[in-house]
Amino acid sequence: MNKRSTLKVVAAATVLAFVGLAQAQQTIKITNIVELSGPGTTAGTLFKNGVELAIKEINEAGGILGKKIESTTVDTQTNPGVAKGLTQKAVDDGVLAIFGPVYSGSIMVSMAESKRGEVPNFTGGEAAAITQQGNPYVFRTAFGQSTSFPKLAKYINTKSKSLAVIYVNNDFGKGGRDTLTKLLAGGPTQIVADISTDAGQVDFSAAVLKAKQSNADAIFAYTNEEESARLLRELKKQGWTKPVIGETTLTGQKVIELAGDAANGAVAHVGLTVDAPIPEMLKFKAKYYQAYGSISDHNGIKGYTGVYILKAAIEKAGKIDRKAVAQALHGINISAKKNPGVIMDVSFDANGDLDRESFLVEVKNGRQVVVATLPALSKK
Amino acid sequence: MKKIALLSTLVGLLALVFLPTALKNHGIYLFTYWLIYVIAAMGLNLTVGYAGQKSLGHAAFFGIGAYTVAIMLKAGLSFWLGLPMAALCCFVVGLALGFPALRVQTIYLAFATLGFNTAIWLVMRNEEWLTGGTFGINNIARPEAFGISFDGNLAYYYLVLGITLLLAILLLGLLRSPWGKAFTALRDNPIRAESLGIDIRNYTLLSFAIGAAYAGIAGALFASLVQFIDPAPFNVEASIMMYLMVVVGGPGYFFGPMLGAAVGVILPEWLRFAQAWYLFVFGTAVVVLMIWLPDGLLSIPDRISAKRQSREASALRAAAGKPQGVKV
Amino acid sequence: MTDFLQLFFSGLATGSIYALAALGFTLLWQASGTINFAQGEFVMLPAFMMIGCLTAGMPLLVSFCVSCILSVVVLGWLFKRGLVDPLFKYGMMPIVVATIGLSIAMRNGVRAGFSAEPQPFPNLFPDAVYNVAGVVVSGTDVGTFVFAMALVLVTQAFLAKTVTGRAMQAVAQNTESASVLGINVPRMIFYTFAINALLAAAAAILVTPTYLAKFDMGASLGNKAFFAAIIGGFNNSRGALLGGLIVGVCENLAAAYISPAYKDAVALIIFMVVILFKPQGLLGKKVERKV
Repeated sequence: MNKRSTLKVVAAATVLAFVGLAQAQQTIKITNIVELSGPGTTAGTLFKNGVELAIKEINEAGGILGKKIESTTVDTQTNPGVAKGLTQKAVDDGVLAIFGPVYSGSIMVSMAESKRGEVPNFTGGEAAAITQQGNPYVFRTAFGQSTSFPKLAKYINTKSKSLAVIYVNNDFGKGGRDTLTKLLAGGPTQIVADISTDAGQVDFSAAVLKAKQSNADAIFAYTNEEESARLLRELKKQGWTKPVIGETTLTGQKVIELAGDAANGAVAHVGLTVDAPIPEMLKFKAKYYQAYGSISDHNGIKGYTGVYILKAAIEKAGKIDRKAVAQALHGINISAKKNPGVIMDVSFDANGDLDRESFLVEVKNGRQVVVATLPALSKK
Repeated sequence: MKKIALLSTLVGLLALVFLPTALKNHGIYLFTYWLIYVIAAMGLNLTVGYAGQKSLGHAAFFGIGAYTVAIMLKAGLSFWLGLPMAALCCFVVGLALGFPALRVQTIYLAFATLGFNTAIWLVMRNEEWLTGGTFGINNIARPEAFGISFDGNLAYYYLVLGITLLLAILLLGLLRSPWGKAFTALRDNPIRAESLGIDIRNYTLLSFAIGAAYAGIAGALFASLVQFIDPAPFNVEASIMMYLMVVVGGPGYFFGPMLGAAVGVILPEWLRFAQAWYLFVFGTAVVVLMIWLPDGLLSIPDRISAKRQSREASALRAAAGKPQGVKV
Repeated sequence: MTDFLQLFFSGLATGSIYALAALGFTLLWQASGTINFAQGEFVMLPAFMMIGCLTAGMPLLVSFCVSCILSVVVLGWLFKRGLVDPLFKYGMMPIVVATIGLSIAMRNGVRAGFSAEPQPFPNLFPDAVYNVAGVVVSGTDVGTFVFAMALVLVTQAFLAKTVTGRAMQAVAQNTESASVLGINVPRMIFYTFAINALLAAAAAILVTPTYLAKFDMGASLGNKAFFAAIIGGFNNSRGALLGGLIVGVCENLAAAYISPAYKDAVALIIFMVVILFKPQGLLGKKVERKV
């Protein structure tokens, strides 16, 4: 290249760099680090959809503190090592906040990086251990098992004397099974079968057979979305008519779609459901349907409310600063009336755990029907 | 080595030493990741490319090396004890794996190594008391020596670079020695090799053992790089990717592993945004490669010179065949 | 005892699907020396073809027929012409590597081109449950087993009793003699590929309702098919049947009586034992090594 064209290129590059810099100061950058393939595809994709829907709404309404949100999405492949690398990269890229991963196993690993980089990290993970690591930068978007399982255990005690526990062999499943075992110990419910299954498992015939053999009068199913669908199908195939109890991942919208009729009759304690009898929730359900042509599940709600929680925190802190936002989140109380995007009142504690109302849901005719509403733990 | 080869190696070395200083954390991480896979691929290249064995279980050794170091570090022992321990463990297990290789041939061997990999992976996943099961082992420390801490990404990169170069030189020495020739004889025609007095039993076992030891060292470095290990990177798919890395680079070519690891590790990262499509293209490329270039990418120069030689030879033949006038 | 029988019958159903995949795999190997590492994906692709047809509004059986035809064209003819024929002269390993690449390409092609999420799939059989002498069997299990077994037996009858079938066997045993005898060798080989494609499509319609259609559904199925084929005997098509059933039943029994966590190890362990003590498989014949 001769001198003149080199000069032109350099000039153009400088101008672009300045524009880029200027633009960077005008936007709030966040990264979406989610499972878009592997066993976590369902959870990650819906979470991402929720996040992007919220960002679109917020930007159309003028952004936060006058600045628009700019987001990038990357795929962790449901691999914790990959998630860790991606979190590192996001920290390098100077984002304000990170959303995801959803899978407990992945966030347990990647949050070391967001802690090191001091970046607020919202996760959809539910394993109890997530908020027990002394990490001031991790924040949940759904109940941790230590908040949801006591309510679940109470319900199980009224329904079952001998319980078969089918759980998935990962952070999420094991965490749940351990928590439940501790809570049920010494109570009226005995655990008569402890059946582990794999993430991504396709064949559940042996697991169901084992549960039947144990003569349990109810099954507690704690697996991720896809696997829950396959489990429900297998249960139906083998003629299981006794109660199937679970948590949000058992009766999620996607699970109902995949399992079809087999999902009917399943009961779950859910922190988030699009069928909750709350006007804001129904509005969200409609908005999501309009944007994506399908019904959201709890992961979509997690992502959506997560962004609005971030917005509330930024507004409370008054500035676009990672540390300030994280500090503002601890102890925050966000009212749904003032911040309709969070759909339900929510409060955070010093560990990043959140507290909200929750619901007892049964699947009837292919839809989630809320059977009871349970108040937030702190509201007793 | 020829002049061009020498020059390009030198340039490559300089790039490896100076380029990472210009990169941010993630870039350095990526290069270190690449070097680790180069080490593993070199080992596999020995087993598969030079000795002609069919090993589809290489990731298992990678994993054994990683878990050995992780467990030892958690127990409070030094990384410098863990590293040779990892190599030794893998060497022994590799020897053990070599025995079935003596009894079964080609495709059965491939499946047996595949089975071996699955078995090891299952143990890693289920034996929580030892390996942490699906939770894995978290917060693995980086080593330090002579007062220098290798905790920083750049420092760790140079450590890995040093070890890679050392292992490459060792391998080169091995391949140029009579042992190396014995390996290639084993690959090309084992029965004939035996008839020439080469103890194919020992060489088969050795090719597995040495390849495994390399993978073990790579795994040990991997554990400290990522600072978290779980069974996921050590499954059959990973083994197959490693095998493909060697095949794409060129089995039996010394620099094959470098190229193959770059294609298998660096390219997917750069093309992360098109991940699924990238793998689709990669898979298709492997198919096409097998049809056009069954000896891997590095066979291109050889192919070109072979073509040139055959063209020259035909030209000579054609010239010699021209009638020189009628002789009566 | 009823528990055992239940596990046994359920295992037979799963095993019969493995048998279908293993049979096709064995036939390919016998007829053309092709080790098809993409066998699992050969089951995954027809499943997605059927989903495409179903979304377009075709009823299930019509979708199945359409997918069968498409499979024969793509997984039979195209596969043979495009991949196997050019690589045939280079020996076995290039084909193995190429089919590995093919399986990666197919898996990710579907993932990127269609969707990474699992898709529901309608069940061919009624959702009924039957109680036979205290043993509970599901309609799906019975239907799967009967359908798969029928296919396997029909294929074997075809190979043994018809002229074309015997010509195919001749090609498998000794290609040169077969061509000398005037058998159209390339066409016979193509028929083998076509049969494999059909068996894979059948496996797809049987297995997808429970497994759900996902881009990686072929992975574990393919693995089990390889092991089943080798356990039964690589050079015997009845061996594929036996191998598949053994793997299916033992997996179920092991998961229930020993440990669900090591279920995948069962196929492995049987495989290792067979390979070390009877490398030609349970029903196979010993093969000499040529120098």
